[in-house]
Amino acid sequence: MLKYTLSRLLTFIPTFIGVTLISFSFIRALPGDPIVVMAGERGLSDERYAELATQYGFDQPIYMQFWDYLTGVLQGDLGTSFVTKRPVWDEFFTLFPATLELSICAMIFAIALGLPAGIIAAVNRGKFLDRALMSTALVGYSMPIFWWALLLIIVFSGNLGWTPVSGRIDLLYYFPNATGFMLIDSVASGQSGAFTSAVRHLLLPTIVLGTIPLAVIARQTRSAMLEVLGEDYIRTARAKGMSPGRINGVHALRNAMIPVITVIGLSVGTLLAGAILTETIFSWPGIGKWMVDSIFRRDYPVVQGGLLLIAVMVMIVNLTVDMLYGVINPKIRKR
Amino acid sequence: MDDALSAEAEMVHARPGRLREFWFYFRENRGAVIGLVIFVIFAILAVFGPWIAPHSATQQYRADTLVPPFWLEGGSYKYILGTDPLGRDMLSRLIVGARFSFFVGIVVVTVAASGGILIGLIAGFAPRWLDAIIMRIMDIILAFPSLLLALVLVAILGPSLVNAMIAIAIVLQPHYVRLTRASVLSERQKDYVTSARVAGAGLMRLMFVTVLPNCLAPIIVQAALSFSTAILDAAALGFLGMGAQPPTPEWGTMLAEAREFILRAWWVVTFPGLAILVTVLAINLMGDGLRDALDPKLKRS
Repeated sequence: MLKYTLSRLLTFIPTFIGVTLISFSFIRALPGDPIVVMAGERGLSDERYAELATQYGFDQPIYMQFWDYLTGVLQGDLGTSFVTKRPVWDEFFTLFPATLELSICAMIFAIALGLPAGIIAAVNRGKFLDRALMSTALVGYSMPIFWWALLLIIVFSGNLGWTPVSGRIDLLYYFPNATGFMLIDSVASGQSGAFTSAVRHLLLPTIVLGTIPLAVIARQTRSAMLEVLGEDYIRTARAKGMSPGRINGVHALRNAMIPVITVIGLSVGTLLAGAILTETIFSWPGIGKWMVDSIFRRDYPVVQGGLLLIAVMVMIVNLTVDMLYGVINPKIRKR
Repeated sequence: MDDALSAEAEMVHARPGRLREFWFYFRENRGAVIGLVIFVIFAILAVFGPWIAPHSATQQYRADTLVPPFWLEGGSYKYILGTDPLGRDMLSRLIVGARFSFFVGIVVVTVAASGGILIGLIAGFAPRWLDAIIMRIMDIILAFPSLLLALVLVAILGPSLVNAMIAIAIVLQPHYVRLTRASVLSERQKDYVTSARVAGAGLMRLMFVTVLPNCLAPIIVQAALSFSTAILDAAALGFLGMGAQPPTPEWGTMLAEAREFILRAWWVVTFPGLAILVTVLAINLMGDGLRDALDPKLKRS
């Protein structure tokens, strides 16, 4: 197990350097001189230009710039935003809880509905229920989520007036964000109605972001269950007269969970891509919206730092999934 | 008479052709056949769209802005699905828009698959160090969420449909590399490859003639799936303003243009998205059918 862990960790290092290199060089490839963009419409004198170029290290050769960037990154310095003049690192971690809260809720929504749907479909293989569930899952899987978001807004915000269209909470409520998680902070603030407001704001974005993972989990659970249900030990259990509930729930489900956990882990990348669209549509102040806004504002340090942080996060999650996989399934370690 | 009989006998005994066998299994899956039918309609619209559409896709009927679909009050058969805020016929724009999505799918899949297969073949046959380098590069690309990477690439290249396609192709390509390499590695150890090598087949022949055809089944399934991913991603980029630019009737771009009217005129928002959903759904249904028909494990003997 130690050897497996070490070898997985070793592949992390070149990938990390590569990801840094990519996010670094992308920004250099963007059209437009970053200093001119930063100066805005006022323009700037030649001396000031040279001064800024030195300050940001643009007068150095490109490999020195990369080295400075890489060493900066390792010390937690990702540069400062052109627009807000705040460190990218601080901005990221101010906004990150919003994305995390939304993603966790979406994942809970997806697992809570996807797992039972997949199990029910597998147990009723070929029957009407199976077909209905799997057709629905395929529709969910094919869903353009930006359109799905607009549809939900039309129905629930427009026609029924149940949910708000944007933001995380009504402007009525104000309290310090101690944890950054609106659900927790609103309860801690003790203001009546704050929690309800937070939940109502969270509802539609959660459904939108959770739809594709939900469909993927349901499909994966069904096929994993079907595979396990065909195994000999299940037949043995059946022959011993074990109740179907126990066979499906204990014997089959536990082994079927291995591929399902992988899929859940791999959904993190999908979730972040989905967060870009979901947050933009619902004006959710998280990482996805921040990245899109920064790309449009040509806020290079933010795009560069955000890309890197997001990629590293995906990598860490994938690594964790691999490790978990090794723990659950001993066969993998031995390879 | 004798000739006819023996010909008939031959037909009965002959092993069905590959295509025929494929169709036999594909046809079993009703969803896949429905998907295929919708896809064919979609392809016909993509090719002949401007001749089928009742109106021009860019003609603005200034007197008839935001006309509802014909079954609602105020609607007329002149504009079956209503008109958009600029008075353009929705149905015509949707029909003409099919070609953009179709084009995106074809180009992206062709570029991503041919590049990915080539790199995957090289990685599978290369010495270990080169293989390791190639796979690390693919890991790096896969570490970025695809839509985000495509968005930044388009920001670099400038927003347009062609650049969106290039970006999506780059993002989808590593999946083909991984898939091809994995099947090459498992095929390479089989006896028929060894015997071909002993018989004196060169590296090129081994790669493209001996091994590649036996790796194609999963790649074909992946191609169908990434066709729909490409359409979805291109529409998402269009929706974010980074894909096709107005007045192009691309479905995602149409949605972006219609966003501010969602509470006043539901049809300008509903139909383009429905078009995307139906197309993607049809392709995914086909993909499922392809997988079942091509995967020997799932075939009923």
